[in-house]
Formats: sequence, C-alpha cells, structure tokens
Amino acid sequence: MAVKDYIRQRFFPHMWCQGCGHGIVLNSLLRAVEELGMSKNEIVMVSGIGCSSRISGYVDFHSLHTLHGRALAFATGVKMSKPELNVIVPMGDGDALAIGGNHFIHAARRNIAMTAIVMNNRIYGMTGGQYSPLSGFGKLATTAPFGNIDHDFDIAKLAIAAGASFVARTTTYHVQQATKIIKQAVMHEGFSVVEILSQCPTYYGRKNKLGDAAEMMEWFKNNTTPIGSKAKEENPGLIERGIFIQEDRPEYCDEYDKIVEKAQGGRV
Amino acid sequence: MSEQIKFVQGNEACVEAALYAGLDFFAGYPITPSTEIAEHMALRLPQAGGRFIQMEDEIASICALVGASLTGKKVMTATSGPGFSLMQEGLGYAIMAEIPCVIVNVMRGGPSTGLPTCPGQGDVYQARWGVHGDHAIIALTASNHQDVFSITVDAFNMAETYRTPVILLFDEVVGHMRERLDIPEQGELPVVKRLRTSVRAGIDYHPYLPREDGRLPMSDFGSQHRYNVTGLAHDMWGFPSQNPQIVHGLLRHLTDKIKNNVGTIARYKEYFMEDARTVLISYGSSARSALHVVRNMRARGERLGLLELQTLWPFPYGIVEEKCVNARHIVVVEMNMGQITRAVKRAVKNPERVVLANRIDGVFITPTDIKNILRLIQGKGV
Ligand SMILES: Cc1ncc(C[n+]2csc(CCOP(=O)(O)OP(=O)(O)O)c2C)c(N)n1
Ligand code: SF4
Repeated sequence: MAVKDYIRQRFFPHMWCQGCGHGIVLNSLLRAVEELGMSKNEIVMVSGIGCSSRISGYVDFHSLHTLHGRALAFATGVKMSKPELNVIVPMGDGDALAIGGNHFIHAARRNIAMTAIVMNNRIYGMTGGQYSPLSGFGKLATTAPFGNIDHDFDIAKLAIAAGASFVARTTTYHVQQATKIIKQAVMHEGFSVVEILSQCPTYYGRKNKLGDAAEMMEWFKNNTTPIGSKAKEENPGLIERGIFIQEDRPEYCDEYDKIVEKAQGGRV
Repeated sequence: MSEQIKFVQGNEACVEAALYAGLDFFAGYPITPSTEIAEHMALRLPQAGGRFIQMEDEIASICALVGASLTGKKVMTATSGPGFSLMQEGLGYAIMAEIPCVIVNVMRGGPSTGLPTCPGQGDVYQARWGVHGDHAIIALTASNHQDVFSITVDAFNMAETYRTPVILLFDEVVGHMRERLDIPEQGELPVVKRLRTSVRAGIDYHPYLPREDGRLPMSDFGSQHRYNVTGLAHDMWGFPSQNPQIVHGLLRHLTDKIKNNVGTIARYKEYFMEDARTVLISYGSSARSALHVVRNMRARGERLGLLELQTLWPFPYGIVEEKCVNARHIVVVEMNMGQITRAVKRAVKNPERVVLANRIDGVFITPTDIKNILRLIQGKGV
C-alpha cells in the first residue's frame, strides 16, 4: 500500500509549524508500517495531548486521541481487551514523562506489547514553549525566563530501568534509522520504547538560539553517535543512537491468558 | 426463581451483578471502602473469561476502561472518595466521547482522605458536577444487596443504551454490610447488549451521528470501520471541530440524551406513601434507617411515608414534586450537609417545608437520629 493510503488526506496540510520534526516522525512511522505490510484495521493509534499527539488524527487507523499524559493507560485497556491489535502510542516528552511519567514506567514494568514513540523536542510545543522535564539545565523557556534549574533525565535509561524490553533512540535527522527501529519496535513482543529527538524550531530552537530547523537537525547529526561507538569513548557528551535493549520477557496479555486458564480450571 | 442464594457484602453483590450483566473488563486501584470490589473481581472475572487489571492509579484505571470499551467490551471500575476525584478527568472524557462504562464510588467521609472506614454520602454533587464543563450524568444508588444487584445491572444497561458513563454511588454501610443475596437466573433481569452499527465495510460510518431515537450505534476498534475518538469537541466523524454549530449540537446531544429520558432512567421505591403527611426522602444506607422509622411509627398510627431514591441524577424532580404534593413535612435523610435536600427543595412547591435529618460525623444515621428531628418539626421537642 502506498504511504499516502495510510493517511487521512483531507487533514493535510498538517497543523505543525514549518520545520517541525513531528512530521518527519510521522513519515518514518508510516514507512515502517508500510514496509511491514500491515493492514490499516490491525493498528490502533493512541495518543495523548500535544503537537506530537496530533499524529493520531492524521493516520487512517483506529485512532484514539486521549488526555494529556494518559495515552498509555487508554492503550493498556485497548491492548488487554484485543491483544491481536497492534497498538502504537506517539507521545510528546512532556506528555510521556511529566504528566504521564507514572503511566510510562508502569506500562514498561508490565511489559505489555505496545510501542511508545516518544517525540522528544525538549519543550512543551502545544502550550507555547514552557520547559519540559527534558529541556535541560540552563535552557530557556517561557516558564524559565532566567534559565531552567530542573535537571533532565535519560528517557532510554529510565525505560530500561522500568522494565521495557525494547528500548531505542534515534533522531529526525536519521529518518532511515527511525523507520528501521520503529519496524523492530512494532514487531517486538513486549513493551517497546522509541525515543526520537525531534526539533521544535518555533519554541525550543528560537528561545535557545539553536538556529532554524535544518540547523537543529545538524545538531542531531553532530551530537549523536551509534551505541558503543568509538566516538562516544572519546566524547562522552555524545548522545547514543540505536537499540539499547531487545529482550524476550513474559508479555502481559499472554500471561493473563494463562490466568484465565487457571481460573477457569478452578485452580486458585 | 433465584439461581443461587448467598450471604455476601454489598461490594460482592455488585461484582456478581456486573458479571451477570456481562462484564468483560475491570481496571481499578484499591481504596477503602471499595477494595473488596477489586479483590473479588480479580477472582471472579477471569473465571468468567474476562480480564482484570490493577492499574497504577485511578486516573489510569478509568482511562483503561475507555480503551477496553472501544474494543466492544463491557467495562467497570470501582473506587472511593479521593479515587473518584482522580477519575474526574477520565470521566469527562468518557462523557464527551460517549463511552459506555460503569464507575462505582463506594462513598466515604471527606473531603480529602477524610474518613476511610466510616459511612458518608458526600459525593452526590461530585458525581453530578465533578467534571468540568456542561454535561449530563446518570448516578444510581441502592440501600440493600438485592437492590445493589439489580441497580448494578441497570447501570450497565443504561451505559449501553445512552452511551455514557454511569456512576454507582454506594456507601460504606451498603458496601461492607453482609446480608442475603438471591442471584437471579440469566434472563430474569434484562441485559442490554451494545448497539453495533449495521453499516457495512467501505460505506461511510458516522460514529457520532445520532439516530432519530438519539442512540449512536458503535463499531468496535479493530473491526472494519476506522474512526477517530477524541475528548475534544468533535463532528459526526469524531474529528475535532470548533464550528459553533457543531459544538452546540454536540453539547445539546450530550445533555438531551439523558434529560429527555428522565422518566425511563428514574428508579425509586415508595413505602406507605398513599396517605403520608410526613414524607421521608432518602437513599442508600440512610434509607434503611428511614424505613425503620416509617414502619415503627406507622405501627403507632402516624402517617409517615418513605420515598427511597435510587436514581440521584438526573434528579427526578417531577416524581419528587408529585409524591410530595400532600406532604405537610418533607424530611430528607442523608449523611452529608444536605446535598439531595437541595435538589428536593428545588423540586417541591413549598421548599420551606423541606427539612434535613443528617449526620456528618462519620457515624451511621440511626432511627433515633431521625425520630429526634421528627419530634422537633412536629413541635414535640426532643
Ligand atoms: C491535564 C492537562 N494539563 C495540561 C494540559 C495542557 N497541555 C497541552 S499539551 C501540553 C504539553 C505538550 O508538550 P509535549 O507533551 O512535550 O508535546 P509537544 O506539544 O511538544 O509535541 C500541555 C501542558 C492539558 N491538556 N491537560
Ligand atoms: S510548536 Fe514546536 S512542536 Fe509544535 S508544531 Fe510547532 S514546531 Fe512542532
């Protein structure tokens, strides 16, 4: 199926700003779905609230546009009730890890087979440029006019610590890698997290004088490196890209099927 | 003919009723005095082939319900006071997106963590107006286990009929008390199945276009119709819209589908009302004390009646007005500062005749408490 058949064309052009990285993420995602040859009826896209979350409206899948931070909780209900569906959850960094932080770690811990795509633009885009938990120390935001004193954390490390069985990171500069990783994440039988560094030139870029979209993507290129590369040893400041973890671990819905079997066999 | 007779807690009666109604999915987070619902559900639901999940909190629980309901399942959660407060955001979502689901709130004293193990009926208005924005809601209650059973089945039926969340407002006494429960045979109580669309694949399905009778046939997520569900104001396809006409129509639909059916949704019981001069109005466990008083004083020749409300919202104004036309005194018995009293005052012709008999100290309201108020208003002193 052509990529354009996966989208709801009447909603284009999209509402993202010029140069926003979220459109690139959508593109990678659709290519992944296309390359996997998935049918539109087997995918449920569940998103929260934010610029990133608008993805769910643009795709011609079963789509559930929910509440800020709660997408994974809604998705858990979908997946548990119909495990045969492929559930993909695009989220903003604030959405996934500030207001939704609790749901994020618990979805990871349960290892329920869904794919969380965290579109990390390090800012609250939709509400106009307030700092997010990933903005970084010293960065500027509308709610940090004197510089941000919140420390950020590493999404990948957090996801691994919480128990996600597939964790990866890439950027909007590395579109092909993004497609490849999303494919693997979607096929993974467990909770998968894909962090994609995405640029918000409108707020994060402008406030922090990072240049235009292209320059921000250059930054992704120059400041990231494949996992375990030599460059990382020489320059520990580089951000690693690639798949950090990919493990088989009992999947939640499968395990629950066994519970039902036990319960119905009268073994309590 | 009942299939089984049990000696159970009200919370268990609620679980059995949910299973009777065809529950498939329960997501919840433990909180006193509703916890036994989750506990019992974890045991009973997988036995019935359904799925139970203990979520990380109440916010997640109600959100999971929405997801599960959209795949075509009958869903429920249960909580108490603070948990119910946390659920308000998801509850609003379910109202806006028209998701059938049942939310049990076994009330405890509040505000805040308040009185975990003590009875109270303080959440009547939280159930009505806890959600931001204009909306309609259905909230039901019961005073004994047999009624808990039938009203829970009713709750599922109403949720499916009106595509709306339905709230069950029980209280600690009803939840924890043990008494006899006759579980009816399948078929004895009506069970409403989800109305699914008959629109075939490839033909434009409008998930949010009401039929003439106001009902919206659903399509399960994962089946042939792909559509959008959102908490934003939306058009008949479920896509966000800020068109004033569309928004107006949506909000009217959300309220009218319930407002226009008050008569069908209203559940109540009446005792000795034919010639009652003094009418007691009560609900939940308080109605048990009220009934005791009525029976007791009737035996002594006093013209006392009880109107027990089982539908709190939409408030049955018409019924209350009609039943109280000949009443000299109307005494509302409830364990709060007069939440239903307010509604009753709005309902009757002479609000000054409405008096409150209450307790707000976490202690169950007794027949003596009610009798004391009756003596006062009947001019006999205490
Ligand atoms: C409960 C709640 N709190 C706050 C908001 C307001 N809000 C909407 S989007 C958003 C942040 C968006 O940032 P992010 O999740 O990082 O996504 P982005 O827009 O940057 O893609 C906030 C705070 C909301 N919708 N709901
Ligand atoms: S505000 Fe930022 S994140 Fe939102 S659309 Fe614009 S560029 Fe993208």
